[in-house]
Amino acid sequence: MENLIAPLIAAPLLGAAVLLLGGRRLDRVGHWVGTLLSATSFVFGLILFADLLGKDAEHRTLTQHLWTWISVGSFQADVTFRLDQLSMTFVLLITGVGSLIHLYSVGYMEHDERRRRFFGYLNLFLAAMLLLVLADNYLLLYVGWEGVGLASYLLIGFWQHKPSAATAAKKAFLVNRVGDMGLSIAIMLMFTTFGSFAFGPVLSHTGDTSEGKLTAIGLMLLLAACGKSAQVPLQSWLGDAMEGPTPVSALIHAATMVTAGVYLIVRSGAVFNAAPDAQLAVTVVGAVTLLFGAIVGCAKDDIKKALAGSTMSQIGYMVLAAGLGPIGYVFAIMHLVTHGFFKAGLFLGAGSVMHGMNDEVDMRRYGGLRKYMPVTFITFGLGYLAIIGFPGLSGFFSKDKIIEAAFAKGGTEGWILGGAALLGAAITAFYMTRVMLMTFFGEERWRNQPTRSPQAPSAEPAAEHRGEHAEPHPHESPKVMTIPMIVLAVGSVFGGAFFSIGDRFLHWLEPVTGHSEGDSPLSAAAVTGATMVCLVIGVAIAWAQYGRKPVPVVAPRGSLLTRAARRDLLQDDFNHVVLVRGGEHLTRSLVYVDHTLVDGVVNGTAAGFGGLSGRLRRLQNGFARSYAVSMFGGAALLVAATLLMRAV
Amino acid sequence: MMTHLAAYTTSTGEAFQFWVLGTVAVIGALCTVFMKKAVHSALCLAGTMIVLAVFYLANGAYFLGIVQIVVYTGAIMMLFLFVVMLVGVTAADSLKETIKGQRWLALLCGLGFGALLLAGIGNASLKEFNGTGQANANGNVEGLAALIFTKYVFAFEITGALLITAAVGAMVLTHRERTERAKTQRELSEQRIREGAHIPPLPAPGVYARHNAVDIAGLLPDGTPSELTVSKTLRERGQIRDVSTEALNDLRALEQRAEERLERTAIEPETFKRPEEASK
Amino acid sequence: MNPVNYLYLAALLFTIGATGVLIRRNAIVVFMCIELMLNACNLAFVAFSRMHGNLDGQIIAFFTMVVAAAEVVVGLAIIVSLFRTRHSASVDDASLMKL
Repeated sequence: MENLIAPLIAAPLLGAAVLLLGGRRLDRVGHWVGTLLSATSFVFGLILFADLLGKDAEHRTLTQHLWTWISVGSFQADVTFRLDQLSMTFVLLITGVGSLIHLYSVGYMEHDERRRRFFGYLNLFLAAMLLLVLADNYLLLYVGWEGVGLASYLLIGFWQHKPSAATAAKKAFLVNRVGDMGLSIAIMLMFTTFGSFAFGPVLSHTGDTSEGKLTAIGLMLLLAACGKSAQVPLQSWLGDAMEGPTPVSALIHAATMVTAGVYLIVRSGAVFNAAPDAQLAVTVVGAVTLLFGAIVGCAKDDIKKALAGSTMSQIGYMVLAAGLGPIGYVFAIMHLVTHGFFKAGLFLGAGSVMHGMNDEVDMRRYGGLRKYMPVTFITFGLGYLAIIGFPGLSGFFSKDKIIEAAFAKGGTEGWILGGAALLGAAITAFYMTRVMLMTFFGEERWRNQPTRSPQAPSAEPAAEHRGEHAEPHPHESPKVMTIPMIVLAVGSVFGGAFFSIGDRFLHWLEPVTGHSEGDSPLSAAAVTGATMVCLVIGVAIAWAQYGRKPVPVVAPRGSLLTRAARRDLLQDDFNHVVLVRGGEHLTRSLVYVDHTLVDGVVNGTAAGFGGLSGRLRRLQNGFARSYAVSMFGGAALLVAATLLMRAV
Repeated sequence: MMTHLAAYTTSTGEAFQFWVLGTVAVIGALCTVFMKKAVHSALCLAGTMIVLAVFYLANGAYFLGIVQIVVYTGAIMMLFLFVVMLVGVTAADSLKETIKGQRWLALLCGLGFGALLLAGIGNASLKEFNGTGQANANGNVEGLAALIFTKYVFAFEITGALLITAAVGAMVLTHRERTERAKTQRELSEQRIREGAHIPPLPAPGVYARHNAVDIAGLLPDGTPSELTVSKTLRERGQIRDVSTEALNDLRALEQRAEERLERTAIEPETFKRPEEASK
Repeated sequence: MNPVNYLYLAALLFTIGATGVLIRRNAIVVFMCIELMLNACNLAFVAFSRMHGNLDGQIIAFFTMVVAAAEVVVGLAIIVSLFRTRHSASVDDASLMKL
């Protein structure tokens, strides 16, 4: 059965190859080819899942060795795949949500003439992401890691005619590069420490390695995760990445790729378990990011950017949980899966709204859309209830567990982390309610408001048919778009309960990640109660601000915090002042040193030799008689030397 | 040198010969270097070589003495003279130095080297002379032959090969391969007309002049000599005799004699010179 | 008279020849000066032959003559062909490779 792992990756890879190399002949069927191959991969995943379920928990690890990739001395890199419960979870999430989003994109990208290429990139992304989660060693994982980075770059900049999209793609690529450096350094450290970078040798020998080295590896892995998962301080690219088509935001920048960092941390759990300092850093990063993202999400008027802030915040939860060690690994992954469902659903809903609103993204120009887009409203609403943790829906189960686990960390740390997670839950409730109210309730602010479309006109070709200043005519999206939304909404509603009742998910993942209960100072019921209180407070404030009062079409100036949050809490300004300016000054001074000192020495030497040889050249005047004089003089000197030696 | 009792001395006759002929040899060598014309240098060198041949004979090298005369003065110096004739006289014959400081450096090196060499010989203990009497006991030529064909036979063969190579090399160097067809008379005349060169035969020397010889330029109607009438080689050597003024000078002399005859006051008997010559 | 005087004479002639090589520009005269140097060496060889009382010195002098003859043949051929192409027998005119 393990022979099915390679085809699992090969199917989307084949799709990418066919679609990207096939040329225009495939324009008419390309999107269905891509969707079909993605679905094929999902079917393979299901077969493998059934196979795994048929075995007992201890034997649910399949490996498939394809070939030896690099073999130099003790440096052995194999192309080997490893399918265990953790990988299986990811495979199902990636191929399942991926297939749904492929289907959605068929409708969403219908009027884009480069649709075939888009599906090629999507398939390439699926293949790379599957490679990432199925790799049996860190080097192969790195290949997938870079592959998803490439696909992300290509898809963010898919509408490359928009300068903002091209810039956003570059920004994502460059920021990710910082994280990639971390991963490559971590792999090198692993090789020098363990003599290998396969999961088996590395993760089973953490016990007999010095803590310092493990901390270094852990911090480097954390850096990698920060880059890929948009965690502070490398989070700045995610907001701009919303320049890409909405299905891309749903698949890559909400459900799958950005969770690769969480996967990396959970996969390397053994390293972090043995390096408490690195673990603490992970929890700090997670806690800071969950608040950071939530605050940014509160201030954004762009629906996709608000959701992007929310993504950042939710991944902060996962990273926080992953940093808690065995207490939190399972819940990090569980939240990852449920988040994959509801966030993908929310993004698809946002895409559907934009589809019906002539690509308007400003929520202040929405309002009262529930009458016009009932399906979108319902699915988006279910996703909303799931993300804020409404009792019974998936977010309730997964987020609640993370908050419990944060308290279970124990001591002051536990209180701080748990408090941050609770505060985050309240803010989550606030900003999601804000999005919901501004979009689907209240006045119809788009009436008599020609869409001004701040982005370049006809950027989203789905709206080519509209006039430049026409009043939008909200309408429900076609079935090919609503069906994936419905499926995802179902997942967001029942996923959490399905996983949690009887601790199914815990038992499924426990053999891989391990689990411990920790010692929570609060009972589970108390935590749930506190979460509920936070939720209610958040929703109430949002209702007071956006539900009772009409929403101004033009954003008010707002407080200092609001304005900072609109600017991503000044992250870009910070980067500009510290990194860009600092880098410029550094390079300028280096150039100065190079020009004056290095070049001075080099050119001075060269000029010195040039001048010397210019003078020496005069001796070579070309007259044979001059040369004869020097020969004769030399002969005289030889005679003198001979006589001198005889005399002595 | 007489203070050393062990010193080998020669007969008084040889000593006399050495001092006389040695002086001649040094003078010949100096003349070789400092004579302006290559022909004179060659003759001086030949004289030096003959003196050296006599010294060889005096030193018991009878075969070499003869060979020196036959090969050097007979063959090599003749070769030199032939080449001098072929090459002719050039500006290279001038003794004026063109490279800055070359002469002083050369003299310095020469004096230093000579002094060192002489000092070296004087310093060496060269008192014991065995003489060649015993070596030449069976005849000088026989002794040399015995050595050449036994001990030095390989060197001898190799020098033979060297001579053949040199002969072939000299032929290759001086031989010019004709790379294109020789031009016919017709083509040559056409080319001459096309180039606007001198078309009729060159005027003969001395035709318009009183004298009739190849080294005398013919005079044009205005009395100036024509360069075309004499060979280029003579012109370059500066061996043209200019007779253009002689007729006038003769006339002047005739007038002067007539004056004397008529007992008039003599005018300054000035020989006529061409303006350009006077300005030289 | 001590036969060592022949050696002094040879040294003197050699030095004069060498100086001549350095001073004269006419390639033919330069060649003559080289011949003078070779002859001076030959005289030294002959004198050494007398000093040692064997004929090896004379043999060497003989070979020197042969080599000198070969050298003169080739050298004069070079001068002739040089004169043909450059219409000059000056050794200074052959300074073609200087800047």
